[in-house]
Amino acid sequence: MSKTIIEVKDLTKEFHVGDVTVRALKGVNLSIAEGEFIAIMGASGSGKSTMLNILGCLEIPNSGTYILDGVDMSELNKDELAALRNQKLGFVFQSYNLLPRTSAIENVELPLFYNNKVNAKERRERAEKALIRVGLKDRMGHMPNQLSGGQQQRVAIARSLVNDPVVILADEATGNLDTRTSYEIMALFQELNSNGKTIVFVTHEMDIARFTSRNIVFRDGKILKTEDVKERFNAVEMLKNLPVADEVQAAKN
Amino acid sequence: MNISNLLKLAVYALKRNRMRALLTMLGIIIGVASVIAMLAIGEGSKKSIQDQISSMGTNLVSVSPTSQHRGGVELGNAASVSLTIKDLDAIRDECPSISDLSPEVRANGQAVYSNKNWPTSLFGSNTDYLRIKLIEVSEGRGFTEQDVKGAAKVCLIGETVLENLFGKGTNPIGLSIRYKKVPFTIIGILKAKGTNTYGQDQDDLLLAPYTTVQKRVLASTFFNSIQSSAIDESSTKKAAAEMEQALRKSHKLKEGSENDFRIRTQEDLVTTSSSVSNVLTILLGAIAGISLLVGGIGIMNIMYVSVTERTREIGLRMAVGGRGKDILMQFLIESILLSIIGGVIGIFVGIGASQLIGILMKWPVVVLPASVILSFLVCTVIGVFFGWYPARKAAGLNPIDALHYE
Ligand SMILES: Nc1ncnc2c1ncn2[C@@H]1O[C@H](COP(=O)(O)OP(=O)(O)OP(=O)(O)O)[C@@H](O)[C@H]1O
Ligand SMILES: [Mg+2]
Repeated sequence: MSKTIIEVKDLTKEFHVGDVTVRALKGVNLSIAEGEFIAIMGASGSGKSTMLNILGCLEIPNSGTYILDGVDMSELNKDELAALRNQKLGFVFQSYNLLPRTSAIENVELPLFYNNKVNAKERRERAEKALIRVGLKDRMGHMPNQLSGGQQQRVAIARSLVNDPVVILADEATGNLDTRTSYEIMALFQELNSNGKTIVFVTHEMDIARFTSRNIVFRDGKILKTEDVKERFNAVEMLKNLPVADEVQAAKN
Repeated sequence: MNISNLLKLAVYALKRNRMRALLTMLGIIIGVASVIAMLAIGEGSKKSIQDQISSMGTNLVSVSPTSQHRGGVELGNAASVSLTIKDLDAIRDECPSISDLSPEVRANGQAVYSNKNWPTSLFGSNTDYLRIKLIEVSEGRGFTEQDVKGAAKVCLIGETVLENLFGKGTNPIGLSIRYKKVPFTIIGILKAKGTNTYGQDQDDLLLAPYTTVQKRVLASTFFNSIQSSAIDESSTKKAAAEMEQALRKSHKLKEGSENDFRIRTQEDLVTTSSSVSNVLTILLGAIAGISLLVGGIGIMNIMYVSVTERTREIGLRMAVGGRGKDILMQFLIESILLSIIGGVIGIFVGIGASQLIGILMKWPVVVLPASVILSFLVCTVIGVFFGWYPARKAAGLNPIDALHYE
């Protein structure tokens, strides 16, 4: 049995907007082991993003415990949480969130700027390695507006990798991309996962969820069910069978 | 995050918005440049006035009679009669802090040479006078003790009088001119001093032994004033006090009665004029300071815009491990950098502008190192002060809200 990375017990989260109280999470219990590739699924508004933000130490729960890699979050202050994000977590967002007018390599370097143990030379080397790993060896000096959506998301993935986190958290990372590009990104995640990286991936697309190893389905702030994926998709195989975009266009005509 | 990384980040950010950074700096550049130029102008005028005053004489202490009231009638300065040879002797005997001492008498009238005449003042003094007043004889000689004793009809001529009576370049030594029908032989030419700050021509005069002027021209035994030099710069106050004692005694003034004379030292003049030009300097500096303040507000404005614009960036930085204080420092350093770079450019522009004003408007300018250092410090303070609130706003953002900011 591999070690537990994430341990969540009776987690609740409420939002107050004016007089209205929204109970986004109503007691969630969850355990994720090292090396898992989790998809969090569920209808819109079911609390997926809220869950991921708490896992990412960006949001503080109202009650319950959350232990990340042996550290109890409730005991940490804001600055310690920031340090934890810097050292143990990687984020990938739906809208990439790259710094505009900043080259790919500089974007990837960003998390290491907040780590005093990493000097300029090491920072550059690690950023280069991360970009090579996501297949952007030739695009290091490109600005975000000179990259396609898929390439931008690869830069974002490289950025999430650069600090060698214990877990990568992705919120609808393929939400803005077409099918082929989505599969390419999933292929990358699968490759990272097969090399041992733990990944938690929020999506509401069924087919995307089938690339992962375990699906956790949320409904109305609670976990509805958890199931291991049988007949898991292999993204590299799927890409081979996928018709190329202009062939689809040609078939329509 | 360490300081070199923070600086690097700030430079990146400014480079990403070059034009905006430049325009923001412009406010500071203009502010600093005008502070430096205005202070240079104020300081320059102060220095030129002080130079004028020190060119008036060496450690000057002068006495003039005050106007006196007799039976309710103000007799005015000219009619006052309080200074005589007796006072001069009293000062000479009782004031050890005085080194040179001369009476000054003055007549007004026309100097005449052949068919030309020129209205000018005839001053009378003894032989110490040239030393006291820092006047030099450029050609010929000054008058001697003998000339003074014998009331010799000799005089020294100022450049302006020389030009108007004889024409430029002629040598008048040995020639004779008439002043109020008295013939004077010219024995020397006074070196030109030019006009003073008040626009007076300092070369429009004749200088003769005071005995001659008193006896032959004015038929009077009074002095218009007594001029003297203290033994050194630090002794002028002491000399003035000694002089007051001596004069009160020789005038037999009772305890408690007012002086019937007035003593002024060069130091007094410098102090008065400095305080006037200090007010001028402060006024000019304050006006320029307002433009610096406006420049600072410009920085604050841009920093606020920048924080709003970069809300998502801030959210991202927080997500990848930036702490509140890292974000605070990043924006603070950005605004400090803006104001310091602007300030340094402003210092050079200000120095350049000062020199230009000096050349074009023939105004004396003095750029004080203190004003440069002051401007630099003020810029840093402006950067911190006006950057603080926007930076605080950035640091206080919630990472999730910031990440999803539209
Ligand atoms: N900052 C917030 N303030 C108020 N309510 C919020 C906030 N964030 C989330 N909520 C509410 O919490 C609930 C869960 O939202 P959440 O974003 O987790 O849903 P989701 O499962 O990610 O949905 P989607 O698939 O549409 O992204 C929703 O009802 C939402 O309105
Ligand atoms: Mg969501």
